[in-house]
Amino acid sequence: MVDCIRLEYDVDGENFASAGHASESVKRTLKQMGVSPASVRRVAIAMYEGEINMVIHAHGGKATAEIYPDRIDIYLKDTGPGIADVGLAMRAGYSTATENIRSLGFGAGMGLPNMKKYSDDMKIDTAVGVGTTVFLRICF
Amino acid sequence: MPTLKTVVLDSDKCIGCITCMRRCPTEAIRIENGKAKILYDKCINCGECVRSCKGGAKRPVYDSFDLVASYAYKIALPSPSLFGQFNNLDDPNYVIEGLLALGFDEVFEVGLAAELVTDCTKKLMAKRELPRPVISTACPAVAELILLKFHELADQMLNVYAPAKIAAKLAKKQAIERGIPADDIGIFFISPCPAKVYSLHKEEVSNEKYISGVLGQSDVYFRLIEKMNKIKNPRKLSKCGYSGIGWGSSGGESNSLGLGNYIHCSGTRNVLGILKEMSDGKLDGADFVELNMCPGGCVGGVLNVENPFIARNRMRQLAEKMKIPPATMEQYGLDESFFLWDKAPEPSTSFQLDTDRFAAMQKLMKVEEYLKKLPGIDCGACGAPTCRCHAEDVVQRGGTLDCVKLGEVEG
Repeated sequence: MVDCIRLEYDVDGENFASAGHASESVKRTLKQMGVSPASVRRVAIAMYEGEINMVIHAHGGKATAEIYPDRIDIYLKDTGPGIADVGLAMRAGYSTATENIRSLGFGAGMGLPNMKKYSDDMKIDTAVGVGTTVFLRICF
Repeated sequence: MPTLKTVVLDSDKCIGCITCMRRCPTEAIRIENGKAKILYDKCINCGECVRSCKGGAKRPVYDSFDLVASYAYKIALPSPSLFGQFNNLDDPNYVIEGLLALGFDEVFEVGLAAELVTDCTKKLMAKRELPRPVISTACPAVAELILLKFHELADQMLNVYAPAKIAAKLAKKQAIERGIPADDIGIFFISPCPAKVYSLHKEEVSNEKYISGVLGQSDVYFRLIEKMNKIKNPRKLSKCGYSGIGWGSSGGESNSLGLGNYIHCSGTRNVLGILKEMSDGKLDGADFVELNMCPGGCVGGVLNVENPFIARNRMRQLAEKMKIPPATMEQYGLDESFFLWDKAPEPSTSFQLDTDRFAAMQKLMKVEEYLKKLPGIDCGACGAPTCRCHAEDVVQRGGTLDCVKLGEVEG
């Protein structure tokens, strides 16, 4: 009986270039399952944004994907600084990324809004000084 | 997909090294019983295995030149890259006269058709109906790659036929208008790569449409050079300008569109990299993406004779002498319908582990289980390019894991 495919990844906080490794691997699995291109695209964008967030703000963390026949649940867990004001962080264009990060083309303040836009459900569990877990559900 | 094989193995020459298997961009090669085997359902005919084989064991297949003689009225379609193969060529008319001397009755330059494709693309881009960035489909290996592994980008593919097919369509139309019986006309594209041999065979030759056969550029080159050497004072027959010949190199197509915000890149790894970026939604600002699987563009195709970068330099210099302004659709009395795909190509399911979702998931779980056992060093000794590929192969065809490292641990 098929339960779910569980995939776990360490997201390296030191390396921008390797960010996207987890979403790339998840994408491969979804394509091999025959998930529709539109759904693959939503997962790719939402998960990639999540990975980048972990690199920019939290020195990396753990990404877990649970793939079911009809959906994917993604957990992005870090032990970074936490989000002080989630409402503010969800606003398009708001970012606490440093000037250095912005000069690399990241930190436009679209990470969380895009994750929300491309997912069917999103929950943020965060505590300042403890860390953040973002839950994303995308239905196929 | 392919029953047609555009790259075959010379078994005697294959020593079973893993070079081609490693370089294949679609993981379509395995080493079985010491010989490289192509999985044709995953092959995009890019020619990378031909390029990388040190022993010359990979042989590209194309039509025999003898086929040309079986038609009463023969039309040659030379690609822009052909013009970069000759040392000290300062006039494209030598090549055209050479082809006529070889027995062709007419030469229709694919570069000219490329200029018309540019004109049509400009009009389509201005309508802004296609999702951005629009991806060029001129390189058939890139198109096949998207249909195999990047279905999420399929709706961004430029829905016009590649210049070779447009050249054939237009050449045939014009010949018929001049009163030549359709059955007498034989149209032959001279291809720089196996991907074009494959795509035109699948689309055209096997459906008896416009193209009667696809010749290998290297095969034609050696016949042609002999004829060209005897030509003095060629007539002014070339109709292709600087814009059309530019299509032979990576960037030529994008340049001709006069856009500011575009990306062009070439070579298998670079192409895969850009497709991945696009798939992650990261190139949304660009209007156009031109990708060529061969290094440097069509001049890098494995059926060329000359080094791609030398050929490119020659073509650039030649283009400066080709002052003819780009051809327009109006000039040839054509509208967009002449260029547009009759129907969009079908995505391939070859990359899926099973067409049934549940069965595919069961298999993927097994793959993950095997992956935990395998060392993950992708050494290739088992005959698959990566540990993951080996795990997938075992899941698909049964049997047990065959890994030298696993033996060390368990044995």
